[in-house]
Amino acid sequence: MADVVVEQGRLARAASPRKRASLRHAMGRKSTVAFFLTLPLILLIALLVLYPAFYSVYLATLNKAMTKFVGLSNFTFLFKRETFWMVVRQSCIFAITAVVFKALIGFIVAHFVHNIPGKKQRKWRGMLLVPWVIPPAMSTLAWLWLFDPSYSAFNYTLSFFGIGPIPWLGDTFWARFSVILVNVWYGAPFFLIMYLAALKSVPDQLYEAAAIDGANWWQKIWHITLPMMRNIIAITTLFSLIVTFANFDIVRILTSGGPLDRTHLFATWAFQVGIQSSDIPLGACVSLFMVPILAVAAVFILRDVNKRGNEA
Amino acid sequence: MAEVALRKVIKRYDDVEAVRGIDLDISDHEFIVLVGPSGCGKSTTLRMIAGLEDITDGDIMIGGDVVNDVPPKDRDIAMVFQNYALYPHMTVAENMSFGLRLKHYPKAEIKARVTEAARLLDITDLIDRKPKQLSGGQRQRVAMGRAIVRNPKVFLFDEPLSNLDAKLRVQMRIEIKKVHQKVRTTTVYVTHDQVEAMTLADRVVVMNKGRIEQIGTPNELYHKPATRFVAGFIGSPAMNFIPCRLEDVGGKLNVRLTDRISFPLPPARAARYSVLPRTENLLLGIRPEHLTESNAHLEPGVETFDTVLDVTEPMGMETLVYFGLEGTPICGRVDPNAGAKDGAPMRLAMDLNNMHLLNEATGAVL
Repeated sequence: MADVVVEQGRLARAASPRKRASLRHAMGRKSTVAFFLTLPLILLIALLVLYPAFYSVYLATLNKAMTKFVGLSNFTFLFKRETFWMVVRQSCIFAITAVVFKALIGFIVAHFVHNIPGKKQRKWRGMLLVPWVIPPAMSTLAWLWLFDPSYSAFNYTLSFFGIGPIPWLGDTFWARFSVILVNVWYGAPFFLIMYLAALKSVPDQLYEAAAIDGANWWQKIWHITLPMMRNIIAITTLFSLIVTFANFDIVRILTSGGPLDRTHLFATWAFQVGIQSSDIPLGACVSLFMVPILAVAAVFILRDVNKRGNEA
Repeated sequence: MAEVALRKVIKRYDDVEAVRGIDLDISDHEFIVLVGPSGCGKSTTLRMIAGLEDITDGDIMIGGDVVNDVPPKDRDIAMVFQNYALYPHMTVAENMSFGLRLKHYPKAEIKARVTEAARLLDITDLIDRKPKQLSGGQRQRVAMGRAIVRNPKVFLFDEPLSNLDAKLRVQMRIEIKKVHQKVRTTTVYVTHDQVEAMTLADRVVVMNKGRIEQIGTPNELYHKPATRFVAGFIGSPAMNFIPCRLEDVGGKLNVRLTDRISFPLPPARAARYSVLPRTENLLLGIRPEHLTESNAHLEPGVETFDTVLDVTEPMGMETLVYFGLEGTPICGRVDPNAGAKDGAPMRLAMDLNNMHLLNEATGAVL
């Protein structure tokens, strides 16, 4: 009997400070501690990212002189301009084409590098990363000289074969080709290094098992390599899509959007409209347009990653 | 199903010779185990049979055909790897059917084969799971299932139980044996565990330093080892090797172990060893189970001696006793009720009917 009484008393006492206990419990949880530890960084990001983002939304609702609130009329004005839709199209063509080629070249070269034995591989890895580590503004200047219509190495070399001279940056097709080429040259090493890391993480025994199961090289790539690399491919593609879509420096240096706005991207056009033509609200409007397009892409690609995340 | 033959097979990596001329004939339906310490070339040999490693010299034949230059996919073999090597993005059923799907088998047949293999291995409930959702033992079963559905000429196992805990290993060992009894496919199995080798094999191939030391049934290897390496490798605890010399004492052939201990050899042994030179340095090989406690009724050929035990290990059904004989550490197995204690004197009996005599220099069993 005595035991029961003591037990009941203990229960009664425990019940009253339940709220304090639950707070202590919450503090004791690892996730809570983790949240507080990362709070300074979260605040910093909020300051540096969220503030400018909302400020640009605010700017986009002003008139050209930034004196009056005009609501969505900047947007409706943009929708009526043909140049805007051309920039949308060009940005999509530029980003998708460049990312596809970067991914393809990165994948193929990663396979070659993966099969180079030991020490030599390190040298090749270092050399192939060079385009990615040089500041693009600098390397694009070198490309600018290479593309020069009269004195460039490209046209000089092609002249031996009776080709050219090609107006690399003066013709719509070649100008688009050139900016994509330089972007692929600059971005492919990133894919290469990511894919190389992914390739190295695929256990050799899976390939051996597949070889014994009767797979040829193509079936090994299709059934083993690609599925094992799916997450890396998805994340790398998304990341590159965002960066490429928002590209500024390459187009700015090579063509400044010309000829006749035919190579303008969102960022370069926003710069031209907002800074060079002094219509900051309209420029903000243009740059804000990237958000929904990229958000849709991000949702699609990342949803896939989450679905597969717990497989491997 | 097929027989496998290796003819003077050599594997050289740069300047290291991993496999030094192996000859081996494996008959149809046979379960062969390659056993040896790490680095003895057993896995390399298996991988050469699989076609995952090129051979430097010699011939490998499967079903009578030389397959030296045939790629793995055309050798009609199936392999079970140490770390299972299941495809992580495929379900159990997809893993098992992968080889059949690549060969464009009809869907109905694939399903029938997978179902049958799953039933045989008792993994029917797991068929839609991914490897990540399986335990080690279940993964091992799936890996075996992947081999079985192919209905290949030869099964190759590369240390398949090494990643499992001790209890599961024993259980899976029995499973593998049961599967082989049902499927009867020619099997080559690599392990470093001599217990696995003894329990599974029709014949065991003991390898050392890239060479075959001995081929034989588990009983042959245990009772008639050909070399010191085999004698020491097979059996746990390992066979004791005691330096000794033969001598003639009163017309009888004795084996002298120490200044104090000299035993007359049983007549059968004496006849066999009498031709040996008396001056040669020899080793007496005796298994721990033939070093037991002394009792009142000694069989002929069993000799007793007194010693002081260093350490005893009670195992329940028996007690292992460790002691030294002029610096040579020796292990014996005595009855748990024989009163063996750490540091205590004890009279032990050595059954010389089961002794081996080895040449100390060459390691050959005489």
